[in-house]
Amino acid sequence: MPEIGAIARKVRSKNAGPFWLTIDIFCGTTDAYTQIVTGLSTERVAQALQADSTQLKRFDIAELNVIKISLPRPVVQGHATDRDMHGAAWAALIAEIDIN
Amino acid sequence: MTRILIPSGALGLDYDKAALARGVAMKPDLIAIDGGSTDSGPSYLGRGVSKYARSSTKTEWKGLIAAARDAGCPLVIGTAGTCGTDSTVDWLLNITRECLAELGMTARIATLKCEQNPEQIAAAFEAGRVTPLSAAPEIDTRTIAGCTHIVALAGAEQIAAALKTGADIVIAGRTTDTAIIAAIPIERGDHAGAAWHGAKIGECGALCATNPQSGVLMVEFDATGFTVNPLAEGANATPHTVLAHMLYENSDPFILYEPGGHLDVTGARYTALDESRVRVEGSEWHVGDAYTVKLEGARIAGYQTVMMATLRDRHYVRNVRAWTDDILKKHAAKVQDRMDLGPNDYSVELRLVGMDATLGGLETRDAEPNEAGVLCIVTASDQATANEIGKMMNPYLLHHPLTREEEQPTFSFPFSPAEIDRGAAYEFCLHHTLRLDDPMEAFRLEVVDA
Repeated sequence: MPEIGAIARKVRSKNAGPFWLTIDIFCGTTDAYTQIVTGLSTERVAQALQADSTQLKRFDIAELNVIKISLPRPVVQGHATDRDMHGAAWAALIAEIDIN
Repeated sequence: MTRILIPSGALGLDYDKAALARGVAMKPDLIAIDGGSTDSGPSYLGRGVSKYARSSTKTEWKGLIAAARDAGCPLVIGTAGTCGTDSTVDWLLNITRECLAELGMTARIATLKCEQNPEQIAAAFEAGRVTPLSAAPEIDTRTIAGCTHIVALAGAEQIAAALKTGADIVIAGRTTDTAIIAAIPIERGDHAGAAWHGAKIGECGALCATNPQSGVLMVEFDATGFTVNPLAEGANATPHTVLAHMLYENSDPFILYEPGGHLDVTGARYTALDESRVRVEGSEWHVGDAYTVKLEGARIAGYQTVMMATLRDRHYVRNVRAWTDDILKKHAAKVQDRMDLGPNDYSVELRLVGMDATLGGLETRDAEPNEAGVLCIVTASDQATANEIGKMMNPYLLHHPLTREEEQPTFSFPFSPAEIDRGAAYEFCLHHTLRLDDPMEAFRLEVVDA
């Protein structure tokens, strides 16, 4: 079972304002896109992020071979307990998910 | 047709001078650059200061003032000085005066101030004119009144008003990233959907193209759409790079809310004109029922003292969690005993760099690193208390043994003094909109000749 990071060209995450986080999976090819779109459930993403799956917004954009996931930030940007000011590291949690 | 020249994604990030000169020769109608964002965290808004070095800002701004003179067009900056408070507008105004003097120029400058009086926003909240956006924190009038700075994000209307003064240079406080680019095309009657969409694509400069760090981008607007034209050598826009930019820092890649309405790009068509330019048509602008502007606010959450220690002893690296758990327990008891402070009065964290400092409870990997960094973060209600609590942590981070039986260990400190006072720690506390009867109601426009 390969990791998403080994199939996709790039996975990135970033703040979308201080209260939201967005993760883009750039699959690179139609084959990789199909493999990830079918292999990665929104529930699996929610589990990796310890988030409520009903709060996740998911966009499967075939035109770009991109899957985009947005969610309210688990901790507001810059809060005393925030560990990642720009939201850079959430991408790693998605890149390290194994799929079929 | 309206040509807007965008030198880079933000003043302070530098731009390609040759590409800028190429843009100037194309006779743009406006040079527009963004000066900020919330992306670097709440401290800049909380203090009303810029994150970029003054000397970098001045060097780049002076180059743009000269470029606008050569092009014979106005120059506009949105969100001056990272956060767009009145203090950062004045900061850039001072820099502008220095630049003009050094260039031997005079200019008419319009400043657009966007800062809000917290008491007035609290009153607007009471009157039902402040509405939460999705994932907004719970607030009350005390939260609002406690903000050190609140700004409202200006839109195209306020930028257009500033340009109508005949200003050569517009220094705007907090604006939406897109407003400074969209204002003139909208004013001239170019396609409204294209104006906002092209502005969103262009707001980070050449980030919507290959060779994204080259910065310089021209966006051309007309009655039916817009054309994206990156100007640096080796920078090419393709339908893919342009469409992909709608993903950037956007929670929804198809819908974008702006003062006065929203943009819908679901039906947009992206066509390559040649190997470096892309034409976009089909985006739609929908006017909203009420005119609202977004608010941003920051307040002091506490005062912090931080320390760092590194552990290279394999025995301690392997058992670092047990070590920090034990330290936190003993340290809390000592703070209670000697300062009479309990867990609700302050917080202490020991983040383990090399283990899970970045992701905390979300971390899934568990490999043994060569060394472990221990980042101690103390937050208290005032700096002196945070400093005392931090100092009380010092002997533990230096010498605490895992068990009583072992010899006293010593760990590595990178600094003396070991504790660093960080001053006030701020937090964002507004993610709301403010309803206005008139777009200029919350904004102040002034014109000075310098």
